[in-house]
Amino acid sequence: MPKIQPTKTKMREQPPKERIHNNLEVPYGYSEEEAINEAKRCLKCKKPLCVAGCPVEIDIPGFIAFIAEGEFRKAIGVLKEKNVLPAVCGRVCPQEEQCEKICVLSKKMEPVGVGRLERFAADWEAKQGDSELLPKAKSTGKRIAVVGSGPAGITVAGDLIQMGHDITMFEALHEPGGVLVYGIPEFRLPKRIVAGEVDFLCRMGVELKKNFVVGTAMTIDELFQEFDAVFLGTGAGLPWFMDIPGENLNNIYSANEYLTRANLMKAYLFPEYDTPIACGKRVATVGGGNVAMDSARTALRLGAEKSFIIYRRSRVEMPARDEEIHHAEEEGVIFNLLTNPVAYYGDGNGNVKEVECIRMELGETDSSGRRRPVPLEGSNFRIPVDVVVVSIGNSPNPLIPNTTPGLEISKWGTIIIDEETGKTSKKGVFAGGDVATGAATVISAMGAGRKAARAIHRYLKDGKW
Amino acid sequence: MNRVVERKMIVPNIHLLTIESPLIAKKIQPGHFVIVKVDEFGERIPLTVADWDREEGTVSCVFMQVGRSTRKIAQLNSGDEIPTFVGPLGKVIEIDKLGTVACVGGCYGIGSIYPVARAMKEAGNKVLSFIEARSRFLLYWEEKLREVSDDLIISTNDRSLGKKGHNSDRLKEMLQQGERIDRIVAIGCTFMMYDVSEATRPFAVKTIVSLNPVMVDGTGMCGACRVEVAGKTKFACVDGPDFDGHEVDWDLILTRRKAYVREETVSEEVHH
Repeated sequence: MPKIQPTKTKMREQPPKERIHNNLEVPYGYSEEEAINEAKRCLKCKKPLCVAGCPVEIDIPGFIAFIAEGEFRKAIGVLKEKNVLPAVCGRVCPQEEQCEKICVLSKKMEPVGVGRLERFAADWEAKQGDSELLPKAKSTGKRIAVVGSGPAGITVAGDLIQMGHDITMFEALHEPGGVLVYGIPEFRLPKRIVAGEVDFLCRMGVELKKNFVVGTAMTIDELFQEFDAVFLGTGAGLPWFMDIPGENLNNIYSANEYLTRANLMKAYLFPEYDTPIACGKRVATVGGGNVAMDSARTALRLGAEKSFIIYRRSRVEMPARDEEIHHAEEEGVIFNLLTNPVAYYGDGNGNVKEVECIRMELGETDSSGRRRPVPLEGSNFRIPVDVVVVSIGNSPNPLIPNTTPGLEISKWGTIIIDEETGKTSKKGVFAGGDVATGAATVISAMGAGRKAARAIHRYLKDGKW
Repeated sequence: MNRVVERKMIVPNIHLLTIESPLIAKKIQPGHFVIVKVDEFGERIPLTVADWDREEGTVSCVFMQVGRSTRKIAQLNSGDEIPTFVGPLGKVIEIDKLGTVACVGGCYGIGSIYPVARAMKEAGNKVLSFIEARSRFLLYWEEKLREVSDDLIISTNDRSLGKKGHNSDRLKEMLQQGERIDRIVAIGCTFMMYDVSEATRPFAVKTIVSLNPVMVDGTGMCGACRVEVAGKTKFACVDGPDFDGHEVDWDLILTRRKAYVREETVSEEVHH
């Protein structure tokens, strides 16, 4: 057997010093030769472990084998059997926690670059022009309302339209995509990709109603006058704040606001685009997840001289993907670990000027399985800042739970569902994604959407709840 | 798609915008606002609703031209389409038979207080409407307000109409004379609402105000509209926009509204 290349085929990337001045993607993507080379590393295991690591069960060896043979059209065909958003997932999935983690190669060397190959296949297809429409089953006459056009909603709509149902997707914002379009920055996920995917759904026949807030313009009960089933994929869009003194000073943002201004409203193009954003010289981002990395890196691109992370635990406990942390470090983001803000101070004109922090140490393991951060009394110190981004998490928007009688909600505000089917406590109403789990990943929202679509189809066929 | 039925300037720099929006027209109530974005480059901004016609399916907003986004709206004409017109947003104002209700408006709030006065009248209240402006040429909808009020009390800075001064002066005079007012609702520029709240505080009359912080999405997902009420942080777009004026941290909202003054100037200058 020929020797397997022990490392992934190198991915050419924009140099850090250059890329902090633009909003283009960091990895350039594989060329055809690079992709074939990487694909040939796959051992084509008889019992592939990687598939089990994929929340939507993509036939990973299957699509990789086609890439190895140069059959790119067939490769994307295999991918799209299970994943309606391969261009997105190839970019944002934490493959190192999923398929690549279990890849048999990873025992002795680097795993197959599954994510990079998925991205390659999806980007290759996009370059060929409009993708072919998928076949649709005979019309069932049933109508489904999909509330939310984020990853969960897109997956449900994409699956159910193929099964012959009538789908209307409702989106509260003026652009579809949910967190894909307001949260994840342009330099990680170009918006034209999301627009392309949604456009594909519309060409398949999904009706998209933007600027429509379900819960006020129409309640769930009113939706049932027109629809036979409802899927709620409204996400976790309610930002958390720490509730510490000074947190409402000007230029202290939630990550949602900061990223929505930058990504959705294109504030990085102000004044060509009208929405402004504070472009601080010293920007502190509080938090350690992917959203915090996105915020800190956005700050650099907005002209920050110093962009730093303040995180209460250590590097090991950071929930962000290794790749995002790595890119942030390369770009010069400074990491203040084992540090937590306790108060903010203003400049006398209502703008934030300083953050007072306290040093932390790690104590006993808590319910998340990570060691609990404990403040070190008396270790307070202050850091001068002019912009702060609070990126400590989100919970579900309460609008729909508050306006839908009979919908059981947990104490954290998430919609309670049956994990296998997405069924809520209200007949005909299904849910999935962040609104049910709390903030998680794009791919897990898609997995939930897939399960819900199957259950909705069954429910509409046999009427059994 | 959100066709402009009419857009006209009613007094200098204050415009009436009427949009065909049947779904919103059906559900809209006093206190609601809408979020408007006029083109691809535009901001999302909140506008309080001033009137509606449920049969015709139209919704009307009164707004003041103050910067780039309101200038864009001020340039719309009948037949134009607004790509983003979202609503109804916010919590509805509490309308109940309370006795005597003072409905107080200034600037764009003269328009926005109209549906509140109308609803309070329909609920069986004695309605006293108070409006103020720098001068009489900036007053509007006096007849409309008279139709739904038991009395209309006008104040102008230059005494060109009504009595000299502000809504707060009239309210103070009335309350000092022992006139009974059971509830006050004030809508308009931040300073006027603050002024009215301070004037009524010693008399302990519940004063509801419609806070107008900067907003981005308007649906509760970003926190741009954070205000502090009774010491707690609230999102004006979903917890309000109406709050008890005696519990609002006015310094904070006045300061937060100034967060983008520099950018607002740049925006106007660049696109002049």
